[in-house]
Amino acid sequence: MPPAELDAWSLLLVYSAMAVYTLAFVAYAVDVARRSAATAVPEEARELVGAGASGAPATGAPARPTASAPATAPAGRPGRGARIGFALIVIAWALHLGGAVMRGLAAGRVPWANMYEFALTGVAVIVGVFVLSRLWRDLNFLGVFISGLATVFLGVATVNFYVTPTPLPPALQSYWLVIHVFVATLATGFFALGSGLSVLQLIKERRSSGFLRALPSTVQLEDLAYRVGVIGFIFWTFTLIAGAIWAEHAWGRYWGWDTKEVWTFVIWVIYAGYIHARATRGWRGSRSAWLQLVGFAAIIFNYSVVNLFFKGLHAYSGL
Amino acid sequence: MSPSSDPLRPGDHVDSAAAPSQPPLGVRGWARFLWRQLTSMRTAIVLLLLLAVAAIPGSLVPQESSDPNGVIQVRADNPELVWLYDALSLHDVYSSPWFSAIYILLFTSLVGCVVPRLAHHWKAMRAKPPRTPARLSRLVGFQTVPGDASDLDRAERVLRRLGYRTARYGESVSAERGYLRETGNLLFHISMLGLLLVIGLGSGFGYDGQRLLVEGRGFANTLSSYDSFSSGQWFDEGSLEPFAVVLDDLEVEYETENRDAIGAPLDFTALVSVTEDGAERDAQIKVNEPLGVAGADLYLISNGYAPRVSVRDASGEVVYDQYTPFLAQDDAMTSLGVIKLPDGLEEQLGLRGFFYPTAVPLDTGALASAYPDLANPVLSLQAFAGDLGLDAGIPRSVYALETDEMTQIAGGDSGTDALTLAPGQTIDIPGGLGTITFEDVRRYGVIEVHVDHTQTPVFWITVLLFASLLASLLVPRRRMWVKAVGDGRLELAGLARGEDPTLERAVDDLARRLVDEGSAARGDDAPAATDAVGATAGEARPAGPTDRPRE
Repeated sequence: MPPAELDAWSLLLVYSAMAVYTLAFVAYAVDVARRSAATAVPEEARELVGAGASGAPATGAPARPTASAPATAPAGRPGRGARIGFALIVIAWALHLGGAVMRGLAAGRVPWANMYEFALTGVAVIVGVFVLSRLWRDLNFLGVFISGLATVFLGVATVNFYVTPTPLPPALQSYWLVIHVFVATLATGFFALGSGLSVLQLIKERRSSGFLRALPSTVQLEDLAYRVGVIGFIFWTFTLIAGAIWAEHAWGRYWGWDTKEVWTFVIWVIYAGYIHARATRGWRGSRSAWLQLVGFAAIIFNYSVVNLFFKGLHAYSGL
Repeated sequence: MSPSSDPLRPGDHVDSAAAPSQPPLGVRGWARFLWRQLTSMRTAIVLLLLLAVAAIPGSLVPQESSDPNGVIQVRADNPELVWLYDALSLHDVYSSPWFSAIYILLFTSLVGCVVPRLAHHWKAMRAKPPRTPARLSRLVGFQTVPGDASDLDRAERVLRRLGYRTARYGESVSAERGYLRETGNLLFHISMLGLLLVIGLGSGFGYDGQRLLVEGRGFANTLSSYDSFSSGQWFDEGSLEPFAVVLDDLEVEYETENRDAIGAPLDFTALVSVTEDGAERDAQIKVNEPLGVAGADLYLISNGYAPRVSVRDASGEVVYDQYTPFLAQDDAMTSLGVIKLPDGLEEQLGLRGFFYPTAVPLDTGALASAYPDLANPVLSLQAFAGDLGLDAGIPRSVYALETDEMTQIAGGDSGTDALTLAPGQTIDIPGGLGTITFEDVRRYGVIEVHVDHTQTPVFWITVLLFASLLASLLVPRRRMWVKAVGDGRLELAGLARGEDPTLERAVDDLARRLVDEGSAARGDDAPAATDAVGATAGEARPAGPTDRPRE
């Protein structure tokens, strides 16, 4: 198949993946809404019963779940919506991976050499970390976050950053492209998961009703976020080191405070602060969760604003 | 870093409630108080975050080190802000006093933290595991397995095999493992310090020089050979390695097939001859493949075209014949250059214009380059006659033409067309000054010679840093106890020291091993023994490993 055709197939797969991610998001969102409703109903029902004399016909339907829902849907067990959501997200991920592989074949190299491809592969890694974490632990309660994030990021990337596959500029022709950039996407994947957990932790700290009751405790969420964040930090440290070695080969110095280097450093320091915060009284809990979110915001900033608007040597957006 | 209250706690332990400290009076007391504050973990976190914030301006304002042209541009565009840039060292953020202050404080805090912990860890490494607590039932993973005091030897063996250090206290075994976690933690912070010192000191001996070479030309590694040169503060000119480099050929390859990327560069290769220790050898430099010569690294950092122009005076005598490097302005290698003739003609002559490697006419009649390789090379020059301003003693850039004291005689508003030439063509210079010939064109490459003695040590420190980071984050430090309670049961429990998500699983695992080994020792069937665990395990437990929420 000629490259242009491969790329067309890749795009088709990516669009399909986006559609299925959207469906997964809907399934997860419905699940969340249901569970919120399931716990909200008792109060509503009580009210209706209290006013029951006049509004009798209305009580039947909403009152029904009161008997069963809270008892049969205990904390932690994913609802049917969540199970459908997970199945859909796996399907979307398979399509997405297919799209990324096709893109790589079309370009005749690894599919992460410009901004569009980095998003394509990076989001696949984020979802992949989520899907594979199932083997280790059930994180399905993150489904809304992950499927929503995948839909939005892929959408933004295909609409705004898409470029046809082009050959690698000489500066990128190095095996370090495979290592450095891929490990960066891995780190991003773990940080995304960690920030999702931190968001839930912060929400749950404020409010613990509806579907939030079904989530692990804030302390468990924080522990999970930390473990995921630590793995991300290890990968990020490696990205930094590998980047420095490559820079030494390509640009003649291992560190030169290029704008991208600055932001990689900033992110590293924020996460280092986060890891220290977890071991310090007064910084555990919501403060460290906020730090994790600040770190992830810096990653998004580094990917978007620094790539597009800052002048520097990492000028590989392809745009 | 340093726990503020109790140096005997591992670093990643949550600080226990700090005793209300009353800073004692007096200078010493205050110094001590401030030192404690500085080396506290909270201060370290604040300094880390401050460092992150302080690094940001360096990505917003062009830096002298990474973007010198940007610095010039920004200062020219915002003359009213120049004082602010200078007052805050905004063009040298990473060597500015305020940035340095933050990282020096951070590293001081680090030292103040690592040193006491080194001492403590040294003692801990040589100490026996601590006494067995009275009530194991309050600890993580508490459970019981069948056994009595005679099984403790076996328990100790199992624990040792699992990497624990053990000690016997009465009818119990106390065990601890994961000292590597703190070792890694300390080594990580020491390597950070090492990195800072090596870079700070080592870079003072290095240098960095750039030299533009037209194909066929060469240079020797001496200070005067370089177009630009910078060196560390302890650099000694005598340390320049004796070698010479000639650029024989610069091979460039551009994309020709992919319609979306026609003209995209695919490869740059500088073929060079290196003379070193009296011997000459051929070598090449590519973008990702620097060439090592006598301890220096040679990089190919840019390239371009150098048209050769010759000028004859009115009598036909050659007064000028040189290759002049033109600077590429875009991806199609439209290149801008200046040629100055202070002598030889009746008037001083200045030529400024573009070289188009593949010239195509635009609708406006002007030329543009459509492709970066030499398909249709054309040189188009404006000519100025008068005073080049070279005699006033003011340094002038070779890439800029000062036309204030000159009259334009070709191109622009002069009423005469620009001097447009293909290779081999000759035309008259207006005003009867003589003739100009575009002889041919060659490529040039800019070679950077870089010596950095910190490379190797920095690399190895970084390897150590990464390995110790892995140890400090991933090795669990934990204590484990096995206690014979005397009614045919052994009590087991663990205690995490720092993050330890798998502690409960580890206690379960130990229980299983004890039962398995016990049954093997007694000659029982394994399955029966496993049943026994189920029957006697302390409390009903979920099948999978779970985390016990902290209370």
